Amino acid sequence: MIRLKVSDPHTRLLMAMTVAVFLAMSLLKPDVFLSWNNLRSISFQFPEFALLALAVSVTMLTGGIDLSIVSTALLAASAGAILQTQVFENPSSLAATGLAVAAIFAVGALCGGVNGALIVHLRIPPILATLGTMQLFSGLTIAMTGGTALYGFSDRFLFFGNSSILGLPVPLVIFVLLAGLTGLLLTRTGFGFKLYLLGGNPRAARFSGINSAQILLRTYILSGVLASFAGLIMAARSNSVNADYGASYLLLSILVAVLGGINPDGGFGRISGLVLAVLSLQFIASGLNMLRFSSFAKDLVWGGLLLVVLAVHQAVKNRRNRATGPLVAEDKR
Amino acid sequence: MALLNWRKELPLFGAVLGLILILGVGNAAFFSLDNLADLLRNSIVIGIMALGVMVVMASGGIDVSFTAIAIFSAYATTRLLLETGSGESIVLAFVSAAFLGSILGLINALFIAWLRLPTLIVTLGTLSLFRGAMLTFLGSEYITALPNSMVAFSRWDLVTGLTSGGSMYRVPVAFLALPLTAVLVSLLLNRTYWGRGIYAIGGDRESAERAGFATAGLQTFIYCFVGALSALAGMIHVTLGRIANPFDLVGMELNVIAAVVLGGARLTGGYGSVTGTLLGVALIVMINNSLILLGVPSFWQRVVVGLMILIGAGTTVVRGRALRGVRT
Repeated sequence: MIRLKVSDPHTRLLMAMTVAVFLAMSLLKPDVFLSWNNLRSISFQFPEFALLALAVSVTMLTGGIDLSIVSTALLAASAGAILQTQVFENPSSLAATGLAVAAIFAVGALCGGVNGALIVHLRIPPILATLGTMQLFSGLTIAMTGGTALYGFSDRFLFFGNSSILGLPVPLVIFVLLAGLTGLLLTRTGFGFKLYLLGGNPRAARFSGINSAQILLRTYILSGVLASFAGLIMAARSNSVNADYGASYLLLSILVAVLGGINPDGGFGRISGLVLAVLSLQFIASGLNMLRFSSFAKDLVWGGLLLVVLAVHQAVKNRRNRATGPLVAEDKR
Repeated sequence: MALLNWRKELPLFGAVLGLILILGVGNAAFFSLDNLADLLRNSIVIGIMALGVMVVMASGGIDVSFTAIAIFSAYATTRLLLETGSGESIVLAFVSAAFLGSILGLINALFIAWLRLPTLIVTLGTLSLFRGAMLTFLGSEYITALPNSMVAFSRWDLVTGLTSGGSMYRVPVAFLALPLTAVLVSLLLNRTYWGRGIYAIGGDRESAERAGFATAGLQTFIYCFVGALSALAGMIHVTLGRIANPFDLVGMELNVIAAVVLGGARLTGGYGSVTGTLLGVALIVMINNSLILLGVPSFWQRVVVGLMILIGAGTTVVRGRALRGVRT
């Protein structure tokens, strides 16, 4: 039985915000927003960046960050595309599709592994490591796609992006499954527990004998695999892989993570909050589209919203700290 | 003032010399005056920005919004000068841009110094905010008819002439901004109380506070300073390119960060030197230059920049551990 922790004030606030945004958008443009078409297209669209937000969240929980998620997604997608279209004579065969999908996950895991190795074994700070790999993967993607977009996925492959199971869009199903699994992983397994500890109090984690290297490595591999799922959906939805796609997704994913209550310093955050944040942001995004905001104006909104959310969280934390008094000095790594 | 801290900078200096030799042996034209002039001209903007970013990193933070501040300030100043007809004084142009840049930096400082929010995420947000605001409110058109003062400034040469091969080379006076900035930053970091404070904050913010440094004020200064420097670099870019294109500059953050990281600055703070940063800039500029000359497709530049960041960060860590005597 899944217990909804509605007692958490942050989650309550998020729920209120999600409902408020939904109502606001419905009132502003009822005929467009509340239409079945709109809601359907929303539920096809948001899993892409929702999965990316999931990916960046697990790394943020450890106190790090993965800036290479979009590049990983695109690299994985282009690997799948090339495998399916160039290597097989019959791209529509089950083997071709299956292997393409497998390749996507493999590349995602590999990219995550590279990040993890750089961070754990070379001790490069996550920001710099993933900044570097972001460029590296992006450049490799362009090298693979030859600078243009790749096309020609099989119908079987497109199933992942455009079809429905039992009336629910496949991307949505994939996201719900993965979010649920990740949530369980984080809250019900030893790995998840250690992950939270590593982010919340790295010194205590070190002294309690946790193999932080292994946990971090696995975290970044997980991030890479989740990003590759996003890549799969991106490629399947648009039937193409373009290295410039989703440039603003990185900021958006971080915004979703922060809005969802993931503390960038590590150790705090829930997947349930993340899901609510994803929904709120998708409603806002659709609303902005309907209000005919230019893409520049949207960037303005996302940047501003990120700053506002960060400031609000900090103000709430300050008020709480002032009320209880400082118990422990902040642990600077 | 020690120009080169031999122990720390020697490997980097060696790498730069080595690269020069490799490039020179491979292609004698590398040493031609017009190529050297090109290299100098290309290093102005990235060099000034790198010096600013290095100061931020020395204080333990990271700023990725500097390119947006640069182009916002330059574009807005150009528009302002054109519309108010005050395009006669180049000093006014630069001062206005620097002022605007420091205001934008103040916004960063508000979130970082006063609200104590994580620097990367804040500056990711302001990068989007500033660029989005510029493109939404100031418009997205190129401006090719720059104010007279800026055009005149771009034509003002430091050194010019013809090579034996018949091609013209020129180094603009704007190049002087780079050594001037280097001296300024070096004096700031090594000869002033605030400089010690910047390194102290980078080492450990809380300890710096307890030692008596006004950390919030210092951090405010740092982000305003890097904003002003970036704005200056943006103005030079617009002036030398003779076009104000609001889509420029954003996207080169990683080149700058790669240069700073190669130069020995550490993200964890407390480290960073002017000579190291300049050497890092030299490395990045030479690599990019030769990739272009060799006709390598631009995406490989991305791969190379990514690798440079990783190599720079990796060797910095290894060097640090070696200096501390830590066995890996």
